[in-house]
Amino acid sequence: MILDEHLPAIFAALMAFSVLVYAILDGYDLGVGMLLPMRNEQQRDTMIASIGPFWDANETWLVLAIGLLLIAFPSAHNIILKELYFPAALLLIGLILRGVSFDFRAKVIQSRKDTWDKLFKLGSFMAAACQGYMLGMFVMGFESSFLAVAFSLLSAIGVATAYTLIGACWLIMKAEGELQAKAIGWARKAGYIAFTGILLVSVINPLINEFVFSRWTTPPLAYLFAFVPLLCFGFFFMGYKTLKRLPLENDECCWLPFVLCVSIFTFSFVGLALSFYPFVVPNQVTIWQAASAPESLRFILYGALIVIPCIFAYTLFSYRVFWGKVRDLRYY
Amino acid sequence: MADAFLLSRIQFAANISFHILFPTITIALCWLLFYFKVRFDLSQHPVWMRVYRFWVKVFALTFALGVVSGITMSFQFGTNWPGFMETVGNIAGPLLGYEVLTAFFLEATFLGIMLFGINRVPSWVHTLATLIVAVGTTLSAFWILALNSWMQTPTGFEMREGVAHAVDWFAIIFNPSFPYRLGHVLLASGLTACFLVAGISAYRILRGDNKKAPNIALKTAILAAAVLAPLQVVMGDLHGLNTFEHQPQKVAAMEGVWETTEGAPLLLFAVPDEENRTNHFEIAIPNMASIILTHDPQGKIQGLNDFKGEHPPVAPVFYGFRIMVGLGMLMLLSSWYASVVLLRNNALQPWQLKFFVGMTFSGWIATLAGWYVTEIGRQPFLVSGVLKSADAVTDIAPANVGISLAMYLTVYIALLVAYIKTLFYMARKSVEIEEYSLSELSSRTNEEPGNQSENARQGVTV
Repeated sequence: MILDEHLPAIFAALMAFSVLVYAILDGYDLGVGMLLPMRNEQQRDTMIASIGPFWDANETWLVLAIGLLLIAFPSAHNIILKELYFPAALLLIGLILRGVSFDFRAKVIQSRKDTWDKLFKLGSFMAAACQGYMLGMFVMGFESSFLAVAFSLLSAIGVATAYTLIGACWLIMKAEGELQAKAIGWARKAGYIAFTGILLVSVINPLINEFVFSRWTTPPLAYLFAFVPLLCFGFFFMGYKTLKRLPLENDECCWLPFVLCVSIFTFSFVGLALSFYPFVVPNQVTIWQAASAPESLRFILYGALIVIPCIFAYTLFSYRVFWGKVRDLRYY
Repeated sequence: MADAFLLSRIQFAANISFHILFPTITIALCWLLFYFKVRFDLSQHPVWMRVYRFWVKVFALTFALGVVSGITMSFQFGTNWPGFMETVGNIAGPLLGYEVLTAFFLEATFLGIMLFGINRVPSWVHTLATLIVAVGTTLSAFWILALNSWMQTPTGFEMREGVAHAVDWFAIIFNPSFPYRLGHVLLASGLTACFLVAGISAYRILRGDNKKAPNIALKTAILAAAVLAPLQVVMGDLHGLNTFEHQPQKVAAMEGVWETTEGAPLLLFAVPDEENRTNHFEIAIPNMASIILTHDPQGKIQGLNDFKGEHPPVAPVFYGFRIMVGLGMLMLLSSWYASVVLLRNNALQPWQLKFFVGMTFSGWIATLAGWYVTEIGRQPFLVSGVLKSADAVTDIAPANVGISLAMYLTVYIALLVAYIKTLFYMARKSVEIEEYSLSELSSRTNEEPGNQSENARQGVTV
């Protein structure tokens, strides 16, 4: 039996989970989009083919995350999206441009294909950077000070780089030969920047926010929490070592950078979640204050508990169908 | 002067108008694709695969536009209509949630297999994936129309401290107007997709495409439209009667009835004048509106003056209704006429083909017109009797809404132009593709070589 007072926490966990899955899944395809080499059409085709069957479902996790915020914490949804009105609008336009370019690029006159590829790249960057900016603003509690904007811009670069990193790792796994070699180089460069970015946020975040500071420094939990950044940086180190050695014979371990990158995303996200729980709007609104009526949450929860495992099952099925190195993607 | 309220309304209307164009095609087009694929599986005749492959490309493009414009919607509830979720979030939230959980993931995931998996999975799995996407798009319509209908005819809830709380979910989902609205919208989607398929196929034939595929697609679409159009007339009538019962002020605006009248005429044309609360230039059939709505020539229709200050703006509802019904009638007549011609001669005359090219997007116009009738007809309420639109709007500065509106409009117009141009470009490109070869035919009849020539002679029939 689920008690009414547990419902907000359950929905906060579901929402956090959707955001994380979104960041990983759409992260890699937005990353691939930002990496598109404008001088090599064949590689662009291969890269886009590697994400073609997945992007749509990946993006649905954003709809679920925003949906859960809207369903479970409507007042927080209102505050957050009002504060982030412009970045949200730009994010949407970015996602629109990226999404439609998938189809237009393959169907228009050859001479227009380049234009749609540029829009693909631009849209991917807009979406990633806006998400980073929104994350920065969220961490800064929606202040409009110079410091907050500067931090958010930094965060925009950070998230865009992190997506580039996971996109490059995806390509190491899915591509072969020249493109794979290129991807290893991209991953290395993006790795350095992403590492610096995550380090900076980890230092700045507790310094500007007392609540966060006390959470990370109050024993005994602080000892446990300390594993989060330690593990995260450990994964970075392993990734650094791996990328130095790749590619190996028979393409062994080509999946390792991607798995490490997913781990880095997960632990960075856990770090953020630990910093702000139980606030859904930092320092203003907790999940209990913002929660919808229990009878509504219960109605959706029972459905979600049945449906989400099904979603996982058929998502895995889809990844299995398209398993292995990317092949020429054609449906005509 | 433009305020945040007006701008937010325009922005939302622009958004949803742009969005609805694409699902209204994809919902029914996917069922058509499923039909094509099943015909291929049953007959193994390559022409069905040709038809499938052309239309699945159109489907992919249309679906992508629907997805990206749909994401925008989920953000705008919060950005522009905070009062909506604050007041009725307990009802709207779960319905939207179920749409995402049961429909969006389903269609998005299996779309990948449907589009790109044809050589990676057995044919029956691919057919199944097509079916699942079709079910997903239809489920999505089910949930969003449940919410929309609830906003029109809310039931199954109670108000506590100004906030709606769910009492009976069954009554919320199956609210009085829901079955009619769902049927009406699904049939509208069917007609929109049929006229799109017919129009583009007619364009290909006019461009000298004498292959079998466009002819088969044309015939399928026109015959399907000839079945759906009369069904839509019946469904539209039932929907109207339902609206008359639950939202009489909307029907009064649709019919342009100012004073409560017994034996109201059906206005074929008029210019409603809201300032003087009368109509000009009326062309009417006496007593007809009363007959349609009450099945009694002297039946009473409540007039707009009974709802002063609580009824929608009359002109857009009045004209929108006439555009929708007029196009519906045109669809009915043209699909019946063309069906007779096709069944007799198996081909249409060039002028008839040109007519269908002209009708390619008629479904869009009819759908939008109908949508405006029902949504503007709900005003000044956002949720009938519960929440007024003006009370739900954001307090964001008008200039900010104006800027975002301008950005969205620019993108939408550019995409709409690109979409239509690309459809016709794809049609022109497909003209040059060669007819399926007889070797494709023979590959399936390896076991029974005797059938080969027979099949080739027979060709295929719809």
